[in-house]
Amino acid sequence: MSQWLPIDDIVEQVQAGKLRAVDLVEQALQTIEATAEFDAVIATTADRARQRAAEIDARVDRGETVGSLAGVPFIAKDNFLTFGSETTAASNILKGFEAPYQATAIERLEEAGAICVAKANLDAFAHGSSTENSDFMTTKNPHDPTKVPGGSSGGSAAAVVLDMAPFALGTDTGGSIRLPASFCGAVGYKPTYGLVSRSGVVAMASSTDVVGPLTRTVADSAIVLDVLAGVDPLDSTTIERDDDCYQVSTASLKGMRIGIIKEYMDESLSDEIRQPITAAIEKMRQAGAIIEEVSLPSLPLALACYYIICPAEVSSNLSRYDGQRYGFSDTEANDLFSSYAGSRSKGFGKEAKRRIMIGTYVLSSGYYDAYYKKAQTVRTKLIKEYEAAFKDFDLLVGPTAPTPAFAIGSHTADPLQMYLTDIMTVAANLAGIPAISIPAGSSDGLPVGLQLMAPQRADRTLLAAAAKTEEILR
Amino acid sequence: MVSPEVRARYTVTIGIECHVQLKTVSKLFSGAANDAREAEPNTLVSHIDFGMPGALPVLNKEAVHLAARAAFAFGTKPQQFSYFERKHYFYPDLPMGYQITQLAHPIVVGGEVVIDVDGERQTVRINRVQMESDAGKSVHPTGKDYSLVDLNRAGTPLLEIVSEADMHSAAAAKAYAKELYLLMRYADVSDCNLYYGNMRFDVNVSVSQTEEFGTRTETKNLNSFRAVEKTIEYEVNRQIEQLEGGEKVVQETRGWNDAKQKTFTMRTKENAEDYRYMPDPDLPPIVLDEAYVADVAAEMPVLPAEWRERLSGLGLDRAQTDTLLEAEIEVDGINYLGLIEQNLGDQAYAKALANWLINVEIPLRRSDVTIALTDAIARAKLYRATYDLVAANKLSSTNARTVLTELLVSGEAREPSEYAQAKGYIQESDEGAILEIVRQVLADNLKAAEDVRGGEMKAIGFLVGQVMKLSQGKANPGLAQQLIKKELGL
Repeated sequence: MSQWLPIDDIVEQVQAGKLRAVDLVEQALQTIEATAEFDAVIATTADRARQRAAEIDARVDRGETVGSLAGVPFIAKDNFLTFGSETTAASNILKGFEAPYQATAIERLEEAGAICVAKANLDAFAHGSSTENSDFMTTKNPHDPTKVPGGSSGGSAAAVVLDMAPFALGTDTGGSIRLPASFCGAVGYKPTYGLVSRSGVVAMASSTDVVGPLTRTVADSAIVLDVLAGVDPLDSTTIERDDDCYQVSTASLKGMRIGIIKEYMDESLSDEIRQPITAAIEKMRQAGAIIEEVSLPSLPLALACYYIICPAEVSSNLSRYDGQRYGFSDTEANDLFSSYAGSRSKGFGKEAKRRIMIGTYVLSSGYYDAYYKKAQTVRTKLIKEYEAAFKDFDLLVGPTAPTPAFAIGSHTADPLQMYLTDIMTVAANLAGIPAISIPAGSSDGLPVGLQLMAPQRADRTLLAAAAKTEEILR
Repeated sequence: MVSPEVRARYTVTIGIECHVQLKTVSKLFSGAANDAREAEPNTLVSHIDFGMPGALPVLNKEAVHLAARAAFAFGTKPQQFSYFERKHYFYPDLPMGYQITQLAHPIVVGGEVVIDVDGERQTVRINRVQMESDAGKSVHPTGKDYSLVDLNRAGTPLLEIVSEADMHSAAAAKAYAKELYLLMRYADVSDCNLYYGNMRFDVNVSVSQTEEFGTRTETKNLNSFRAVEKTIEYEVNRQIEQLEGGEKVVQETRGWNDAKQKTFTMRTKENAEDYRYMPDPDLPPIVLDEAYVADVAAEMPVLPAEWRERLSGLGLDRAQTDTLLEAEIEVDGINYLGLIEQNLGDQAYAKALANWLINVEIPLRRSDVTIALTDAIARAKLYRATYDLVAANKLSSTNARTVLTELLVSGEAREPSEYAQAKGYIQESDEGAILEIVRQVLADNLKAAEDVRGGEMKAIGFLVGQVMKLSQGKANPGLAQQLIKKELGL
């Protein structure tokens, strides 16, 4: 059992003066300290958190209405620019960087009364599926410290499961919220692309980066989304939010048309995943859902397509880390070129360099058409296949990951095997559709996640159905 | 120098890329102010201009609006679908490591600029116009072991106007550059302040003796019309000398040394960079609907070509018309074209007015003299009243200029007739009075009088001049001439 009440109960009690924000912050900070051996957190923002908590309590004492997340502590992945600590993206090149402004997501949460207490570990620049690519440390899976928590939002997922805070923020570029949610047994929700502002988030792949929550329940994710969602003048790719609140009551699955993604459930899927996922889907059928198989023929190409488009954008987005204005700068350099070369080769880790090289290659003259352009063609085809599937189905369902959490170190020598971890998550990013991973049983004591996907902007439908599924799986 | 005979064997081909700074309040992708002329270094820099982590570009709608106006200035329409791309290279004045520009789908495709080269009408086709953000400025202090970067200019909105290689002489290139200047000013797209680098030219030049183009060089960052002209003259000569000497022209980027009046090698094609263009995923495509395009079309002001057409009945030559077109945009609030246009119904007056503007007011305003008269209605009245005095033979053309000059400078609200009277400028048409002066002049200039009598009519102008001088400009020159002839028995 969690030490935290559901978010709406916390807010109600803080507003009523029955719970004090300062106590909630201390509770979070104590838990962070008590679970330090899992290396989920890079730094706390304790001073600022305590100060903000005191301000919130004072406002409650004055009888003011504080906000829809009043006094709720949270942990932000360290690729969100925040005040109160450094923002490093778990990279050496940004070590020591103090953000001069905060991400829109952080600003909106603070506006609603939420309090950031710490910054979570990640694969450096969110490049990875295990947090082993963090330049600082590897986060341990709360269920088994010899296993990875998944990535790249591994610190955020572990933090929620370790009960450090009621929710954490993550980013999902190719599965980076859903995969660690699946590995750690949390709810991980990737909203529709553009529904949450990317402003102030260290960019990975701009066309697929999405901000979303990691929580213990779907209801908590919906509350957080309701605060985050909507157009941001600082991010031109943001879209209009729904007029209605995203915090929805559980919907009945009765009559809902749900397609099982054939390509994710073929004979290559291990039994340790197939068994709990099949059982979960069966329960959905019993709850009245109309379950049928659906095929998206281009899905097997999604991973290859993703690992062209994503590194291309990564290579471009990482250009600004050049040692000239902030972050690590090679002081041994004696001319401009060696300053660039030294700062970047010493400041970036192995995986960032690998992606910069792949991205540079696929964008270079003579290869652009063969790789980048072709990948964009596949992406368009994939989007069309999703659109066709959503004519017949309200939701699609399948596993979040092909395996449960794997052992620390087991994939590090083989980047391809590591990339394959994302095989079931990347397609939703390429298509920009919302997807959520919810706990659906376990295999040998390790959590297994069930993934639900919906058409673009159908976030409310997705959250309602996920909440019901969560209820029947409990 | 290559001899004219050798020079004549070669065809010169010129294409020009021109960067103009859009006159927006803020930068292309940030809220930082766009006018860096008076600003301290690095004071107009937002998070995006600085390349901060997580900072995203947000397109300035006014920049799109101005680019759309530019399309109409070139006689075409803006593209309804265009988008931005990233052009990657590393340099300290490029904080993001890429410039945001356009490549595959620019905002303007096609269009043309009509120029006049020694009286011949030529058309230069526009290949494309793309929107892009400028880089910052690097300064390398001499004798120092450091460089300085000023990011005030980083993110400034530019239009890059790419011509086809349709020009074949330095004169054509200069005419094109000047016409671009007029077009961008009249369309209110840019301030085109060359001194501040608001308008910069890159010229591509090649020479060939065959149908095939020769190898071209690109000379970058020219910031005056004269530099454009001189660069081309220099490059044409240099390239022909090279070919005549049995060498090859190297494809390269060159710079212009204004002090030495020479171009010099900046970088050759061998170390050309691969910019790895990629559509910018942070910026949605620019989509302009029909209604938007129609609105921009409707708001376009009268452009230089249309003004030339409207003034064509006044018998002005190209240079005179261009003086009016150029002067029109030199001083805010002082208009010439509109004033002439209002009076086109009276051609004689309109002609006189145009000549006065060209020969009196424009040179005055371009001089150091402070001109007090700025009120448009008072100016219009002054010109008309002065013209009426001349038409009524009450004011000589010389004194008309004097009256105009003095009243423009002083700004006094006086009737020209009253003023001319008070100042003694009114023309003397009393025969008796003039005759007296004529006799005096003839007596003082016996040689000239003899020449005129001998049939050398050129000398009569001199005598009339003397009469004018002696009468302090008041004598009616026509009457004076008649009387001189009469006195000399002609």
